[in-house]
Amino acid sequence: MSTLHTEEMTLNMGPQHPSTHGVLRFVVRADGEVMREAIPDVGYLHRSIEKIAEKVGYHGFMPYTDRVDYVCAMFTNQGWGMACEKLAGIEVPHRGEYCRVIAAEFNRIASHLLSVGAMAMDIGAVTPFTHAIREREMINDLIEELCGARLTFNYMRIGGVAWDLPPGWREKALAYLDHFDPILEEYNALISWNKIYVERLANVGVITPVEAINYNLVGPNLRACGIKWDIRKDIPYSVYPEFEFDVPVGDGHWGKLGDSMDRYVVRIREMAESSKILRQALQKIPGGPVLAKVARNFKPPKGECQIRLESGRGDMGWYVVSDGTGYPWRVHVRTGSFAAMGIIQKLSAGLMIADLVTLIASLDVIAPEIDR
Amino acid sequence: METLVQHLIASGAFGKNASPDMVATIVVFVMSAVVFLGVAFPFAGIVSWAERRVWARIQSRVGPNRVGPQGFLQWLADGVKHVCKEDIIPDESDAPLFKMAPYLVMLAFTLPWAVMPFSSSLILADLNVGILYMTSVTALTVVGVLMAGWASNDKWSLIGGIRSAAQIVSYEIPAGLSIFPVVLMTGTLSMQGIIRAQGWAPQHWFLFANPFTFVAANILYISALAEGNRTPFDLPEAESELVAGFATEYSGMRYLFFFMAEWGNLFIIGAIIATLFLGGWQFPHVTKSVVVMNILQVITFNVKVLFLVFVSMWIRATLPRVRIDQLMTLCWKYFVPISFVNMIGTAVWVAIWPDGNAAMGYIMFAGALALAAVFTQRVIYYLRRSRMEVYFNPTI
Repeated sequence: MSTLHTEEMTLNMGPQHPSTHGVLRFVVRADGEVMREAIPDVGYLHRSIEKIAEKVGYHGFMPYTDRVDYVCAMFTNQGWGMACEKLAGIEVPHRGEYCRVIAAEFNRIASHLLSVGAMAMDIGAVTPFTHAIREREMINDLIEELCGARLTFNYMRIGGVAWDLPPGWREKALAYLDHFDPILEEYNALISWNKIYVERLANVGVITPVEAINYNLVGPNLRACGIKWDIRKDIPYSVYPEFEFDVPVGDGHWGKLGDSMDRYVVRIREMAESSKILRQALQKIPGGPVLAKVARNFKPPKGECQIRLESGRGDMGWYVVSDGTGYPWRVHVRTGSFAAMGIIQKLSAGLMIADLVTLIASLDVIAPEIDR
Repeated sequence: METLVQHLIASGAFGKNASPDMVATIVVFVMSAVVFLGVAFPFAGIVSWAERRVWARIQSRVGPNRVGPQGFLQWLADGVKHVCKEDIIPDESDAPLFKMAPYLVMLAFTLPWAVMPFSSSLILADLNVGILYMTSVTALTVVGVLMAGWASNDKWSLIGGIRSAAQIVSYEIPAGLSIFPVVLMTGTLSMQGIIRAQGWAPQHWFLFANPFTFVAANILYISALAEGNRTPFDLPEAESELVAGFATEYSGMRYLFFFMAEWGNLFIIGAIIATLFLGGWQFPHVTKSVVVMNILQVITFNVKVLFLVFVSMWIRATLPRVRIDQLMTLCWKYFVPISFVNMIGTAVWVAIWPDGNAAMGYIMFAGALALAAVFTQRVIYYLRRSRMEVYFNPTI
């Protein structure tokens, strides 16, 4: 008996595809609706940001760091600041650290809101996205008042932050948090526990804890696999030891441990934890200066340093080598999205084409962060 | 139709010796023109505006509000824009089929209006197989969509077209099976016959005739949404997966045709449900004037249909999209068996109570009212809760 001749279909998904979150490209080999493999093709958004650092100097590089991850630019700002401070041994004023944490945690909420909203959008629910964006817009308003920018903040400086909190800002921020906590519940009622939504996410793209470590996943993607690893707790930096907060981990309540639903729920719960940190920080914020004295012609001593911080997309590493001049000899950024891209090829086998979209969304991949 | 023709002849508008055939022909021609140009096509446009406004309200946005009062003329502006746009036909496509596909979809959208029972007199053709005709011509959509997807010679379009074929063909079955209970009870397939078998009061509607018809009505509505490519079943054009599905390569007026058909189909979905289960145009006999009664019936029918159109917009703004395997599971593992049970259950019911069970109508209507009350209470609760005072002015 002769078998019917069939062949796999090779689909080119991206770089101009509505749900690839920027310019990503996947080469999908599919048998009907079921994927055999999805091969990520990165590099469409490479802007040589690390090389630019070698040409513009330490202070001048700060605005460029915003572009490493424009969805949560506060963390890239902070990472660069922390790396330079460690290199030159600068102590950031206590109030400056608080300002950093406040700005960064607001940015984490904004980033996660965008992530969960876009995820619902990718699954076809249009309403949660606008609701999430509405809340993010208010955070943008707050941050605009703080530093004048809404997306690429350039708020932090080597040795602290550029500006102190404006008068009355603290009350506004607390009022926003009062508004935000119930909104999170409303958002859950709107979409998170929706039957179709859970069915689409649970048991899809399951990552085992061993795989997560082997593939170097970080941040919410790692914690969703049940591994309690948060740089803010485990390698404390800044003033995070002064706050009480939990590290949400995935529990496989809706399906298997480490599925897309776990990653989604971890992000929702992290927003509540960020809100907790913000309340404490806004209550406890001390007085004093926000910016340490740093020479205009900043020349750190010869040496190298590596710092880690917990960005919206997880463990972000900054490696800086100084040769004693006003320009860094080498800068390297280690980002969570790049690692997350690596595991897509492995997970995609056997999933449906519609699941690839949810998988990308659940890993919270941001295109500029992959390529830098 | 006959009553209207007799009424017109009696009124002397066509002279003393007007032949009934001639008057009937003129009436049908005028009515077809009015229905297509005055109702069907503008309805599709207005629904596009209404849907965007309803969505905007649900999504706490503003929506189109610039062209005309409350943006009401936005659909005309969009139509003009699409007509003026270049009609791109890809080199690699199968041009004749590519060009023809939108017209087939439009055909599937226009043909059902022939048996649209607007009132006791206003119906173009009261076919004796009315409901069968309606379900069969709406299924023509699948030919157009599959043709569009395949002729585009684009892999995304092809997947969209194939998904659409699988989906529409599958959901035809529960939809068809859900019509049977009503046909069993009335013994007719004629739209007017089915409506005449119901009363104006809700307890006389087939929706509340017995528990099986209630379930059948819900299955029919969900299946009709799936056939009309509406969320949560909008897989053929799933924009986050397939770019624009079968319509990816289309532009200009041809692109608009697909979406006109989709929006227009909402009316047809609503009309089928309203006719079969919600008493159609039935209105209490308040006046002897045929014209006034007909106007009241048209209003009644449209209110019911537009309510169902609104519900489908509401669903579309609320629910995420299902996956193709879940779609098929829902159809074949749940809807088809339940539809068969409905059919057999109704047959038994009709055998026991050939003229229907009057008490059951009241009981089910009361139950439905209680359900609606609980639902309304939940909606109001969430509306109140979500309308929390925002504590600072966002535009500082």
